[in-house]
Parts: sequence; C-alpha cells; structure tokens
Amino acid sequence: MKKDSPRRKAAPKATAKRTTKSPEVPDDAWNLRLYVAGQTPKSLAAFSNLKRLCEEHLAGRYHIEVIDLLKHPELAQNDQIVALPTLVRKLPEPIKRIVGDLSKTERVIVGMDIAKLDAI
Amino acid sequence: MPRAVRSRLPVLQKAPTGISGFDDITGGGVPRGRPTLVCGSAGCGKSLFALEFLIRGATQFGENGVVMTFEETAEDIRKNVASLGFDVDQLIADKKLVIDFVKVDRNEIEENGEYDLEGLFIRLAHAIQTVGAKRVVLDTIETLFSGLSNQAILRSELRRLFGWLKEREMTTIITGERGDGQLTRQGLEEYVSDCVVLLDHRVVGQISTRRLRVVKYRGSTHGTNEYPFLIDEEGISVLPITSSGLDYEVSPERVTSGVEGVDQMLGGPGYYRGSTVLLTGTAGTGKSSMAAQLARSTCARGERCLYFSFEESPAQILRNMKSIGIDLAPFVRKNLLRFHTTRPTVHGLEMHLVRMHKLIAEFKPTVVMVDPISNMRAAGTLDESTNMLVRLVDFLRKSNILGFLISLSAQGKAIESTDEGLSSMVDTWLLLRDVESHGERNRLLYILKSRGMAHSNQVREFLITPGGIRLVDAYLGEAGVLTGSARLAQEAREAREAQLAAEEVERKRLALDHRRKSTEAQIEALRAAYHAELEEFERIAAGETERRQEAERIRQAMARSRRITGTPALNGRK
Repeated sequence: MKKDSPRRKAAPKATAKRTTKSPEVPDDAWNLRLYVAGQTPKSLAAFSNLKRLCEEHLAGRYHIEVIDLLKHPELAQNDQIVALPTLVRKLPEPIKRIVGDLSKTERVIVGMDIAKLDAI
Repeated sequence: MPRAVRSRLPVLQKAPTGISGFDDITGGGVPRGRPTLVCGSAGCGKSLFALEFLIRGATQFGENGVVMTFEETAEDIRKNVASLGFDVDQLIADKKLVIDFVKVDRNEIEENGEYDLEGLFIRLAHAIQTVGAKRVVLDTIETLFSGLSNQAILRSELRRLFGWLKEREMTTIITGERGDGQLTRQGLEEYVSDCVVLLDHRVVGQISTRRLRVVKYRGSTHGTNEYPFLIDEEGISVLPITSSGLDYEVSPERVTSGVEGVDQMLGGPGYYRGSTVLLTGTAGTGKSSMAAQLARSTCARGERCLYFSFEESPAQILRNMKSIGIDLAPFVRKNLLRFHTTRPTVHGLEMHLVRMHKLIAEFKPTVVMVDPISNMRAAGTLDESTNMLVRLVDFLRKSNILGFLISLSAQGKAIESTDEGLSSMVDTWLLLRDVESHGERNRLLYILKSRGMAHSNQVREFLITPGGIRLVDAYLGEAGVLTGSARLAQEAREAREAQLAAEEVERKRLALDHRRKSTEAQIEALRAAYHAELEEFERIAAGETERRQEAERIRQAMARSRRITGTPALNGRK
C-alpha cells in the first residue's frame, strides 16, 4: 500500500495544484488544507466531497492543499493533526478543523461557515 | 519433562525504570516491549512516574524515549522535571528524547463522517524514528475521549494503537485517570493487560500519604502490597519496607552511651552496636540530654549520627545542649551529626518512614535517634505508629545501626510501659523518672532491662550539671531513696557524725596521755624516794665503815701508846 501511495497521491495533489493555478483566484481566497495518509477510501472520499463542495459554493475563490502525512510526517505536529482525514481552514481566520470524510455536506457548510458567505 | 518445558519457555523480559524501589518490587521493571498502565487520581504523580521512566531510560539505560502528552505542553513538562534535576532540553538536543504535545480541543474540531487516528500513529512513528526510541509514554491518552465524540472509532483505534506499539516492541507507559468503580475512566485496563500500576494519594486525618500498588503483572511475580512512595528533589522513591524477618546479624561490639555512669550500670562498655535502646521518661527528666551525650561521644569517635527531632529545631537543640556543656555545633559543621526536624503531622507515618529510610541510606550513620517516638501518633493511629516503629527498628537492626528511641511517658500512667508497646522490641530500656520529696523534684535513672549484659539493678540519681550528665549513688533512707537536698542533708548529717566520732577519739587520746603523764610522774616520785633512801643508806653505810676504821685507828693508837702490853695484848686479842 505504501508503494502505491506516492503515485496515487499524485492525483489529488495535481488536482489541488490545478485549482490553485486557476487565474481567477483572488487574494482573499479560501485557503483549505486537507491532511490525509495515503490513498485510503476515506481520504479519497474526503477529497472528492471537499472538491465538489468548493466548486458549488466557492468556485474560483478557494485553494486546496493536500498534505500526505505518509510523505511528510513532520507536518502533522504543526496543525495538531490526530485524526485523519482532517480539513483545516487556514483562511479566512479563525482556523477551523473538520475531521472525517466530509460525507455530511450540510454540516461541512455550517462548520466552515460557507453558509454565511452565501448569505452575503 | 516439565522442567525441560519450563526452561524452553521464553522468560519475560523487563525494562528497568530506574525509579528507586520500583524495580525491586517488580523484579526488574516494567515488561519490555509491552504497554504498562499507570493509573491514579489527579495529582498522584502518574505523569512524573512516566516521565522519570522515560528520562532515566535515556540517561541510564541507553533507551531513548518519546513522550506524547495530551494535557501538558512541552514547556510545562520541561518545567516540571527541571525541579527534579532533569535537563530535558539537553536530552532533546542530544536526540534522546522527543516531546510531542497533542492538543485535542473539542471546540476547534468538528466531526464529519468516517475518520481514524492515523495522524496520531504517524506522529508517533515519526517521533520514534527521529530518536530511535525504545520507550514511549502516552500521558494521558484518555483526553482523546473528551476531544472526539465517536467512541466506537476511538476504542477500536486505541486497541490498534496498543497492538501497534507492541508490534514495534515499544516499552510503553500509558497513564490514566482513576475512574469510578474502575481503574480508569475509559476502561483503558481493557486494552493494557500486561501490567497495571495503581498510584494513590490518600488523606487520612488531614495527612496525605502516597502509595503505589502493582495491581497486575502478567507473567511475573511481584510485590502485592501497597508501598508508600515519596516524591522529592530526586524523583520518585518507592520503598519496599515490608520485611520483618529476624535473621539479621548481631554485633558483639559495644559502644559507649556517652555517660560514664550509665556505662558502668550496663556493666562497663556501654550499648551493643546495632541494638535498640529505648529511653522513657516523664517531661523534663533529661531525655534529650542523654541523646546529646550519646551524639557527642559517637561523633567524637568519627562516626555519624542522625538525629530525628519531632519537637525542637536544630538551633534550639544546639543552644540547649550547649548550656549543659555539650557543644554539638562542631560535629554539625564536620557533617558527622545531622539533624532532621519535622513536625509529625507534616505527612503520614509511611512517609516519615520512607524519608527516614532514605536519609539513613544516604547519610550512613551508626547511631540514629528519634526524639520522641511518642508523638508519632499525631500522624496516625496508635496501631499505625507502633507498626511504623517496629519496621523502623527492624530496619535499623538490619543495618547494624544503634537506634536510640526517646519516648515521653505521660504523667500519672504506669511508667514501665509505653503506649507504643515497644517494650518487648528493644534491647536496652532506660527509665528516667522524677521523685518529689522535701519540696523538690529530682531525677532518677535505672535500667529496666538490657539484653545480653550484666546490668546494674541500682537506682541512680541523675544530675544535669553545667558539665553534662553525672550519675550519683542514691541514698537509701528510711523513707526510701534520698535525692537532691535530702541526699545533701543526709550527707551533711553523716559528715557531722563522723566529725563527732573523731573528736571523741581525740578526747580519749588526750585523757590517756594525761594518765600516762601522771603515772610517769608518780613513777618518778617513787623512784626519787627510793633514790633518797638509797643515798641515805649508802651514806650511813659509808659512815659506819669510817667509824670502824676510826675505831681501829684509835685502838691501834692506844695499843701503840701501851707498847709493853701492846703486842701480847694484840696477839692475845688475835
């Protein structure tokens, strides 16, 4: 499984990069960081759920960074990662964390205050 | 056959904790490569236990460690153990120790769907890899239960974590908070089944005692008692003070009691080395002074003396003893005499015993004094204090240390007994009492018992003079023992009588002399009379001779004048 992980991990990371490179991302964009450990079903589900959500509500205003802790275990400490997958909203402040595969979309919207944004 | 099978079985490997005493109880430490649960209520010292295990592992046994802390930050831990003299920063710099603070705050974390604790595993694996750790501490992993709500996930992940640690052969200590009706709040003991240590901090009668008990140790024998333990500037000390065997060596050597008179009463050389001496007495009978004399003579021989005082401060003792000519200050300076003064109520009896053990082991005295044992009761019940003293006496005997125990007997009680029931435990029992007579109180000393020596049965008067303690023979009068001024009066009376007798003799001698002189005078007078008579006689006798010669001369002259007839007449006359 470990052998597979770098290759498989490349896929979401590439996706993330593609997203960041989209020209219309403004300065006050949402900075989201998704911590995963390899390509487990949970991490794949979390990424696709997050991606879908962002496209629906934050199209062009978000930035997803996927961090594979199998490759960079030292990064786990900085963001106090215990459970995986963990989504960390770095921007806008304050920092928020959601653990799990983000399958309950409504609660992600509430948890990340995306609903408030929509109201505005 | 069974023997062959037994020898082929793998012996449980143990990892020494380096915590003094704990490795003795468990026969070598915690199970190597397996998790051990250390649980107890708040403030019982479980985190310290775990950290000491880790730090001593890194410093003494060459096994690096990782501490994953869920409650205290790395900075907190650094400060906590710095007070025990451990330099965590240096260990971290030397890559011997990793502190990873895991913060799980429910307010910051939202749960959404399936997750696992792989993040924790990754962090732990990374930390272990960084220093090549052999030991892991998880302090207190139960905090996860308050940070995350999905119990099912947490439990299965914890089970996986302990399995994971075992697989990597990590000697692990997991701390857990004591729960109601079970060892830990979240039932961690379910997962950690190899070794469970329970720490306890009990308060009885406002006095706290820390205790440790090995609840379970799979595959190994272990001490099952509750052992008191101590946290001081050198970390945790567990003291397995349970032995009360009577198989210790005894010494025939004797050491002076410091008071010449007492040595004499004991038949010469003093107490046996390593024996236990009990000195009981009512208030103000000079018990502490006896102890000070013993301390002085011990230190003067260059031996060490440890003085546990539960009533007076060292300065007070030094000052008071100086007033009776016993200057102990030089010995304190030379580190031959050490005072340890505490109030009995400072901590529990077990703690007192533990502390005494520790000090004795550290200072290595040949004489230990406890002044007084009678108020140890203030720190527990009477039974407990007896129990504690018996264990202390056992320990002193085993270490061949002369124990000098002072007990204050209450006024009005039978003096030939102690509340602590120690009388049968001690080898030598000295009793100091005071007698009130002729309007004063005086001190008496006698020996109630002294095993293995021909001791005196006499009661002596005990004097505290500016030159120290002195024993005087007590006078036995018609009304009993005479002491103090009664003794002095008796002494004066006897001196007067002796003087009178001497005067009588002198008078008789003079009378006789007179008699002799008068007799001699009489003899002289008689002799004089005799001489006078003799002279008279001689004079008369001499006169007679002369008269005869004269008569002859006359007759011859007459004959010559009558020539004619003279011759025939002469012839005829012839």
